[in-house]
Amino acid sequence: MGLLEAIILSVIAASTPLLLAASGELVVERAGVLNLGVEGMMIMGAACGFAAAYLTESTLLGTLAGILAGMLMAAVFAALTLGLAVNQVATGLALTIFGLGLSGLIGAGFVGQKITPAPQLFIPVLTDLPFIGRILFGQDAFVYASIVLVAGIWWFLYSTRRGLVLRAIGDNHGSAHALGYPVLWLRTLAVLFGGACAGLAGAYLSLAYTPFFIAGMTAGRGWIALALVVFASWRPGRLAAGAYLFGAVTILQLHAQGAGLGIPPQLMSSLPYLATIIVLVIISRVRGAAGSAAPASLGLAFVPDR
Amino acid sequence: MRLVLEPRAERSVAAAIASPLIAVGLTLLVMSVLFALLGKNPLNALAVYFLHPLTDSYSLQETAVKATPLVMIAIGLSLCYLANVWNIGAEGQFVIGAIAGSYIAVKTQGTDAGAWVLPAMLLLGAVAGALYALLPAIGKVRFGASEILTSLMLVYVADLLLDYLVRGPWRDPHGYNFPTTAEFDPVATVPTLIEGSRLHIGALIALLVVAIAWTVLGRTIKGFEIRVVGAAPKAARFAGFNSDHLVLLTFAVSGALAGLAGIIEVAGPVGHLQPGFSPGYGFTAIIVAFLGRLNPIGILIAGLFLALTFIGGEQAQISLKVPLDLTKVFQGILLFFVLACDSLILYRIRILTSRRAADGVA
Amino acid sequence: MLDQMQTPAAQPLLQAIGITKLYGTFVANDHIDLDLHPAQIHALLGENGAGKSTFVKIAYGLIQPNAGELRWLGRKTVLAGPAQARALGIGMVFQHFSLFENLTVAENIALGLPPDESFAKVSAGIAEISRRYGLPLEPRRDVWRLSVGERQRIEIVRALMQSPRLLILDEPTSVLTPQEADQLFVVLESLKAEGRAILYISHKLDEVKRLCDTATILRGGKKVATCDPRRETAASLARMMVGTEIGEVKSGAAGQGAAVRLVVRDLSLVPDDPHGIRLDRIRLDVRGGEILGIAGVAGNGQDELFAALSGERLADSDGDIVIDGHAAGRLSITKRRRLGAAFVPEERLGHATAPRMTLSDNALLTGHAVGMTHDGFIDRTAALNVVDRATKTFDIRKAKRDPEAVSLSGGNLQKFVVGREILREPGVLVVSQPTWGVDAGAAAVIRQALIDLAARGAAVLVISQDLDELLEITDRIAVVFTGRLSPAIDSKAADREHLGLLMGGSTAQAQELGHAVGA
Repeated sequence: MGLLEAIILSVIAASTPLLLAASGELVVERAGVLNLGVEGMMIMGAACGFAAAYLTESTLLGTLAGILAGMLMAAVFAALTLGLAVNQVATGLALTIFGLGLSGLIGAGFVGQKITPAPQLFIPVLTDLPFIGRILFGQDAFVYASIVLVAGIWWFLYSTRRGLVLRAIGDNHGSAHALGYPVLWLRTLAVLFGGACAGLAGAYLSLAYTPFFIAGMTAGRGWIALALVVFASWRPGRLAAGAYLFGAVTILQLHAQGAGLGIPPQLMSSLPYLATIIVLVIISRVRGAAGSAAPASLGLAFVPDR
Repeated sequence: MRLVLEPRAERSVAAAIASPLIAVGLTLLVMSVLFALLGKNPLNALAVYFLHPLTDSYSLQETAVKATPLVMIAIGLSLCYLANVWNIGAEGQFVIGAIAGSYIAVKTQGTDAGAWVLPAMLLLGAVAGALYALLPAIGKVRFGASEILTSLMLVYVADLLLDYLVRGPWRDPHGYNFPTTAEFDPVATVPTLIEGSRLHIGALIALLVVAIAWTVLGRTIKGFEIRVVGAAPKAARFAGFNSDHLVLLTFAVSGALAGLAGIIEVAGPVGHLQPGFSPGYGFTAIIVAFLGRLNPIGILIAGLFLALTFIGGEQAQISLKVPLDLTKVFQGILLFFVLACDSLILYRIRILTSRRAADGVA
Repeated sequence: MLDQMQTPAAQPLLQAIGITKLYGTFVANDHIDLDLHPAQIHALLGENGAGKSTFVKIAYGLIQPNAGELRWLGRKTVLAGPAQARALGIGMVFQHFSLFENLTVAENIALGLPPDESFAKVSAGIAEISRRYGLPLEPRRDVWRLSVGERQRIEIVRALMQSPRLLILDEPTSVLTPQEADQLFVVLESLKAEGRAILYISHKLDEVKRLCDTATILRGGKKVATCDPRRETAASLARMMVGTEIGEVKSGAAGQGAAVRLVVRDLSLVPDDPHGIRLDRIRLDVRGGEILGIAGVAGNGQDELFAALSGERLADSDGDIVIDGHAAGRLSITKRRRLGAAFVPEERLGHATAPRMTLSDNALLTGHAVGMTHDGFIDRTAALNVVDRATKTFDIRKAKRDPEAVSLSGGNLQKFVVGREILREPGVLVVSQPTWGVDAGAAAVIRQALIDLAARGAAVLVISQDLDELLEITDRIAVVFTGRLSPAIDSKAADREHLGLLMGGSTAQAQELGHAVGA
């Protein structure tokens, strides 16, 4: 296997959790809800997914457990922010703090354990094709799922009636309510979907990417996923591009560390975070002139009048 | 049946006082269930967590030691949150303050530098924390970049910088390759209040910060500006208050306080710079700020309470063999309940039993 | 009573019986009975806060009454939501539009239709209705690019797409020029001719007299009467609506020859907000003792002009704005206040006041510029003193001495917001929409206070969409249209049609008319 092929494969692997988590958050934010708890939902998905996979020896059950954990976390968030109109920023932070703690508690007994990594697709001939074979036909199910997911969201938002309603709710919840759309209920569904995606992203980390569990293994990926949504201007196509770009930054700095260029490894490790900051600043600056692309109701509590 | 929120015409004062207490009560209830699930006697466990630390003077002092950084950071954060800007990177500013202050300690190590060392360290720590906090603030004011994400990203960067320094240039040459600086000289150490105790003058500084914050927020036009900018940005502009300046100011003050707390922590209880010297004070302080209802006196009480959970958590780990992560779970749950109970202040919660409410039906 | 005069020809389409709605202890609707018949335009008349909007929300299924019932064609109906109301045949045009700024016209309309409508069918339907009723629309445009009148057309087309048997319109002309309102009336007449029932919510008496077959008058949540508005006089309708005679506002003497206290010279300003209006060479003078009115349909630069005059947005050069002889274009709002200027913005809650702060804090909001502080410390007594004086002078009703702003009724809060400025005896007062959404009693107090202030020598600038208000209290009126200001004309000589043409941007036509009138 050539170096370039290896790099592309590892970029795809590094990008997939970002893409999964960010896709879910994109739907949540399009519905007008800002859930900053992606990191917490993700790490819970990683812990619960690993625990379930270890106990049942099934990647599928592990994945489902990860998704479910993410959804349960999201349900707490929905109950507070949608049910009680609590500040979304603060609740998202609480979700992250809580998730980091609880995942440590749940995963404590599984640290250092090993599982069989998620299987990769193998199609005779196709997978054996030079260069593109492994890249296109040799990935694990998560990678394909992430691509289907982002394409599906694109189709949903722009080609379906429900997608239109979702965008409408994010644009003006008051108007949507006046027309009779169940704003809080639809937002709840969106938040749960976002939780499922974050849980799936976490499960990918512990079941396929590493595959093991350690506390705090998400290492800020949930936050980077949030930044990606801003970077993508809330559009699925740009989101995929952004996720692969960030995956590439992560991998390239790893390779640079390996190459021993005399640059402190800590500086290289901080590149993804610094890149996030720089990209956020540039993208905000560029968009500043044209007005924000954010859904107009993003982050605002909605209390229907009765 | 469903819950319905009804906005209150006036803020409920009773609810404002009761809300944090109810939140603590509910959290203890959930914790009891958690202990029971872990196979521990809930009452016994709660006693280990919250009562035993109060019974011996060592733990009491230790509570004050841990409350010191929490309160200082939380006071700064409360200014930001009152102004409705979200500095969640206090942990990074804490670490940067510690690094910057330690620079002087490391460079004067073993020299005959005099009494100026410690004040210079504290000053540099505060300035560095302020500058580090200004990065996301400028990003927000000048470019409109989300301060939430940028301030958080800078936490990771600060941690990596710390890691680099103590493994590289600042590593103690006699430290058996451990990633740490040498123990600071006495002139670079925060003096203790009582001989032989760990309680240091940082605690007094924290009290002073509380008093100043209380005065500024309650009595001065600057405090009023902060509250108006956060509560009604358009009205603030009409009043002639410049929200951009206030974003920069509150971030700078909050960064300075976090940085000061960082260098005090390193030059006080810890005594040297090492990775992981903070058990997440910068994040716990977020909870302290909210539990204290963004009020300086409330923050003082909340800071002591959460410091207690750190001590209790350590003791519970030893005597009950429960994981240390339980403390974080506790803090997360507490923040959930605090936020939920805050809803009571703005809304009256009604339970509807008849008819489907309008929002639920398409 | 008057009710018996109209014997229903047939079964009513929608019947409301004893509709009651409580918010806590506040009775928003108190046993309201109403019959709506096909081919009739039925006015629901009342002051702000009389309960009109609450009733309309109930009739559209948005909120549930606590007591009483609705009957559709004689059968008891519980409306679980707007979708069910639409399915029955009830359409609604909202006062504060229920539109989505960042979606297209077609998407906005599709959102008001059942989910199974195909997009092609929606587009065809829009074209058909636009043509039939003369309501032109471009389906693919984003809503935020459209004018207020165009936005209302979307609302109306959306409601008509389902061919409703009952159409409810909530204060539809409050955002229109007189000419646009006339066009709307033509549409409504043709809908009536098709046999549809129309519930027309308004507080404008002339309109109701001209358009409606029946009027139901609400006051304080109760039904006062149902009558034939064409047989009533405007005065008799007003009496029923308000309950008491409202004192005429006494006009002061225009300050002829007094010094010019506010000057604006060629003020041009690019908006910060990309959706905003660009101000284009605005010129005006206001003398001491004079009230100048600025008329115009919402969204023609009023907000931008107010921001530029107040200093919330700085002008490009110092000389663009002169306050009492001081070049002030680049001065902050605080410094302009120190020059003796005062400002009252349109939005009471959130702009003029911080809703969740006390009145004394809100007195401090503008008062800190000219006192109430010592070395950066707040003088609480001085702030409370303003609250007490405003309460006394303007008869502000509130539950306690220093409540939160949000707890006051619209009229009382507006009296506070205007009062807090007038008590400072400003030399220049700029006020936007001084009586918007305020009950008639409070409106009269506020208008009188403005006139009295001018009589004491202040220059007063009133920006308002309410032409009647401007004709009543101002000495001269200028019209703002897409960021340009017309020359001011004498209010006594002004006629509504002329002003209406200016408000609609037909400057040339207005000039012809002006010459005709002048000649």
